[in-house]
Amino acid sequence: MKLDPSSNSRENGKFESPGVYCNLMSTASSALAGKTSSRIGFWESTVGKKAVMAVTGAILFLFVVAHMIGNLQVYLGQEKLDNYAHLLKSIKSLLWGERVTLLLSVILHITAATQLGLRNRRARPRAYVKWASAGSTYASRTMYWSGPILLAFIIYHILHFTTGQALGPQFREGEVYHNMIVGFSFVPASIAYIIAMLMLGMHLCHGVWSMFQSMGVSHPRYTPLLRKFAVAAAAALVIGNISIPVSVMLGILK
Amino acid sequence: MKLKLHVWRQKNAASAGRMVRYEAEADEHMSFLEMLDVLNESLITKGEDPVAFDHDCREGICGACGFMINGVAHGPMPGTTVCQLHMRHFKDGDELYLEPWRAAAFPVIKDLIVDRGAFDRIIAAGGYVSASTGSAQDANAILVPKKDADRAMDSAQCIGCGACVAACPNASAALFLSAKVSHLGLLPQGQPERNERAIKMVAAANHELFGGCTNIGECEAVCPKNIRLEFIARRNWDFLKASCTFREEKAAAGAG
Amino acid sequence: MKLDSRIPSGPIEQKWDNCKFEMKLVNPANKRKFTVIVVGTGLAGGSAAATMGELGYNVKCFCFQDSPRRAHSIAAQGGINAAKNYQNDGDSIYRLFYDTVKGGDFRAREANVYRLAQISVNIIDQCVAQGVPFAREYGGLLANRSFGGAQVSRTFYARGQTGQQLLLGCYQALERQVNAGRVTMFPRHEMLELIVIDGKARGIVTRNLVTGGIATHLADAVVLATGGYGNVFYLSTNAKGSNATALWRAYRKGALMANPCFTQIHPTCIPVSGDYQSKLTLMSESLRNDGRIWVPKKGRDSRPPGQISEDERDYYLERRYPSFGNLVPRDVASRAAKAVCDEGRGVGKTGLGVYLDFGDAVRRLGRKVVEERYGNLFEMYERITGDDPYSVPMRIFPAIHYTMGGLWVDYRLMSTIPGLFVLGEANFSDHGANRLGASALMQGLADGYFIIPYTIGDYLATAKLDRIDSNHQEVRRAENAVGEQIKRLLSIKGKRTVDSFHRELGRLLWEDCGMARNAKGLRHAMGKIAELQQEYWRDVNVVGDGAELNQSLEKAGRVADFLELAQLMCLDAFERNESCGGHFREEYQTPEGEALRNDDEYCYAAAWEYTGPGQAPALHKEPLSFEHVHLAQRSYK
Repeated sequence: MKLDPSSNSRENGKFESPGVYCNLMSTASSALAGKTSSRIGFWESTVGKKAVMAVTGAILFLFVVAHMIGNLQVYLGQEKLDNYAHLLKSIKSLLWGERVTLLLSVILHITAATQLGLRNRRARPRAYVKWASAGSTYASRTMYWSGPILLAFIIYHILHFTTGQALGPQFREGEVYHNMIVGFSFVPASIAYIIAMLMLGMHLCHGVWSMFQSMGVSHPRYTPLLRKFAVAAAAALVIGNISIPVSVMLGILK
Repeated sequence: MKLKLHVWRQKNAASAGRMVRYEAEADEHMSFLEMLDVLNESLITKGEDPVAFDHDCREGICGACGFMINGVAHGPMPGTTVCQLHMRHFKDGDELYLEPWRAAAFPVIKDLIVDRGAFDRIIAAGGYVSASTGSAQDANAILVPKKDADRAMDSAQCIGCGACVAACPNASAALFLSAKVSHLGLLPQGQPERNERAIKMVAAANHELFGGCTNIGECEAVCPKNIRLEFIARRNWDFLKASCTFREEKAAAGAG
Repeated sequence: MKLDSRIPSGPIEQKWDNCKFEMKLVNPANKRKFTVIVVGTGLAGGSAAATMGELGYNVKCFCFQDSPRRAHSIAAQGGINAAKNYQNDGDSIYRLFYDTVKGGDFRAREANVYRLAQISVNIIDQCVAQGVPFAREYGGLLANRSFGGAQVSRTFYARGQTGQQLLLGCYQALERQVNAGRVTMFPRHEMLELIVIDGKARGIVTRNLVTGGIATHLADAVVLATGGYGNVFYLSTNAKGSNATALWRAYRKGALMANPCFTQIHPTCIPVSGDYQSKLTLMSESLRNDGRIWVPKKGRDSRPPGQISEDERDYYLERRYPSFGNLVPRDVASRAAKAVCDEGRGVGKTGLGVYLDFGDAVRRLGRKVVEERYGNLFEMYERITGDDPYSVPMRIFPAIHYTMGGLWVDYRLMSTIPGLFVLGEANFSDHGANRLGASALMQGLADGYFIIPYTIGDYLATAKLDRIDSNHQEVRRAENAVGEQIKRLLSIKGKRTVDSFHRELGRLLWEDCGMARNAKGLRHAMGKIAELQQEYWRDVNVVGDGAELNQSLEKAGRVADFLELAQLMCLDAFERNESCGGHFREEYQTPEGEALRNDDEYCYAAAWEYTGPGQAPALHKEPLSFEHVHLAQRSYK
């Protein structure tokens, strides 16, 4: 005679309390893992979100590089820089295409970062009494600080040099050189820029190589080089951008 | 040598825990767990509850042991589990904080013991090759380039101890998961299920409340088997590729 | 009781095929109606549970660890044998069979060993298909090495972590079945009692190690794959949790225990450093392929090894066994080490150690090659001892490593209790009195992947199994027995810790029932252990209570069983008046000090039957006949 598996086995209710453990351990939830979540959407997954951050991060990085190269024309004189600015603004499709792309990138980058950040906080509800780093960089651990600071800076920066509210009555539409000199002559603004650029540098030290890792590109020989490149690129950006307010403050640019 | 220990004591999953201070005596040739054994013997003799910690093989291969020592998973020696960590790396008068792995996915069961069942469930979700017993062809029928076999072995060495999760500020299981995805994904036998495996295992990890990877590398630094961050990139690649090329399975008559 | 080993008819090459054909099959649609319990998730248990799940049985699988992946098979380093003959060096199924019978010193069952050698070939195929990353040659073919003194290269390996990789392979197969809903996994559960109803094994009683909950699980058959009992010695290379409780409780329910005195001492372990020592660490035997073993010629030589010149060194294995040298079987190498230490020529602080020197290997092969072959083992050694083996010779000493004895099983791996099957190290069947290197993994997987799935089907198809009620009086009795023992252990509240008893038991056994035994010592040990057991039940201190995670209580139950098992081991060693394999009786040796078998009187497997508490167990003999490998004195000269 065959046995019915469901009736020939029983847990002795007298001793077995319905503890947390049995709910947690594989007896109960192993089936759960297989059935409720055998697939996951791209955006739902942490890996997918990181890929979005990588792609948008790459776009923002390329923009920042181009932006700096544009800005450095300040050393070529007022005419060159203002002409360049005029050129950019005159091609409306390019201008708005770029603005929309950047805005979307920023929104996606921040949305993904925020959602991941919240998830990560929930993943460790109780902090260690003592925790020490065994092998990560300061920059990589502070992305959630450098990121929001950069966001605040970007808003200020747009109000400062694009729309002009932060610059006040001295703002002149289209006269980039003039706006720069006036803006950076105000020392607190320059200091804010310098701090923001240092944050940007830190953010990129990690971000520029991390985006490759998130996209699944890693190689024992090239990844270490890439990490060096990330630091070099970040340093170049910081130095290039900081040089402008410093030059204004020192009176090199007038 | 004499040590001051601050040990996390928690009676069970439901109760609140706290750090308790103990004085311990150790010999430099002892392993860290032997130092705790001696402490426990003295606690039992005094009628107190000994410190509970998971351990089994004490050879650094079963993956049962592991807790934080002064905030570093498995303690200060790289590539070493706590059972293989010897007291010669500490000095008289050291003050040590011992805490369990902390993660939502690893609830504390007692003292330094946590429930790592989530790891089993991640493997169950897809961390295998579906090769039922008896179905195999000759072992040498498929050639495997030595370099691939060696890299597969590099990642297959994972002992599932959970140190990567413990060390990660996000409590992410990325290194654990990627070790299995890479091990099987690097071998020809693992190819047919490679895409599906990446999706299923990532889904399972999401389901288990692990955090996401932010590529910072704490996991790699504490991994007792030196599993490399490179494998996380491989997992990302497999998952992204699988996501982009995903097709619904067609239910065919007579299947399954 | 007459022991029926159920060896199939026919020539030895066809026995397993005949057996498979003669066995009844279970209709595929009926398989899910049968529940099978598997205790233990090592190579044998894990592979059995996975395979039976694949076949469609309803499997319940138990382990005391927090995950099935942690079973102690994971620690096996060296490799797994298979008669593939990929190296074209003259290997064959017959040769593997021959070597294993001879290596086991003619105390194994020929038919079982032949089947093991046959199946070895399928195991490698299966493991490769699962994605086990075995070592490969540059051309992509599987690599092999010669291991443990074999004259052919038939050992497959995955660096120094072969056991880990094989176990992960079957763990993954097991998790696949868990996911499919065919296996229910119970981690952190310990089996404390076997339920026998109408003479058949019908279930187990377990304790949930987290909540302390006692539960009964009923089934149609029970498979024990709970490993060996080496931890009876306290210090061994086994994991701390490895225990004999499942075996012992089955023994007390009527399963016979065979050859309990056959224990294997592994020659290359890291020596003990102090009283606090909690376990011994094995260094893979493969080290003996290139390392040379020596001690100083004169006794009590405390100079550092570097200062002892070549002609002051005694390479005693090379001297005594010129043809096998450092590669003599484990038992021979272990005893030789003990002998030189007994002469006072041992090295290290304790004098219990010999050198394993890689100086020559580094000079001959270069550091790079040595590093490639043994790098991870050297690292492990350095981590534990703080010495660098590239510059200072390793110190090694024998340690308890494996137990060839175990529950008696017939050819179909069924014990004397119908429906109770025993696999892997937990049974006694394949290794005789001594196991060869890289054979344990082979046996575990052979039993689990390829034998039990067939033989259990025949049992289930033919046994008339009645439906049982969980209120059956045997079930109640088993539950009560478990509850009673826990209560009793917790109520003693004596002065000594469980570990202190365990340590003392280990010392007694190691002295009198270890590498070399004699009648006087064994009598002494039996007396002492009986006293220790009485003291244990009077004076042990188990703190905490039963309804929580209580590691002292877990240990207390296991040590209680070890105390009883130890007495049976001594009795078995005492009754076996011969030397064979791992069992060396000092009274029975050749003039050169080699083991002297007595095939006229002791060519049998000794199977012991429990007759009640405090009663002398009854001895049953299964005569062994050797039709293919002729009885001969082993010689490694």
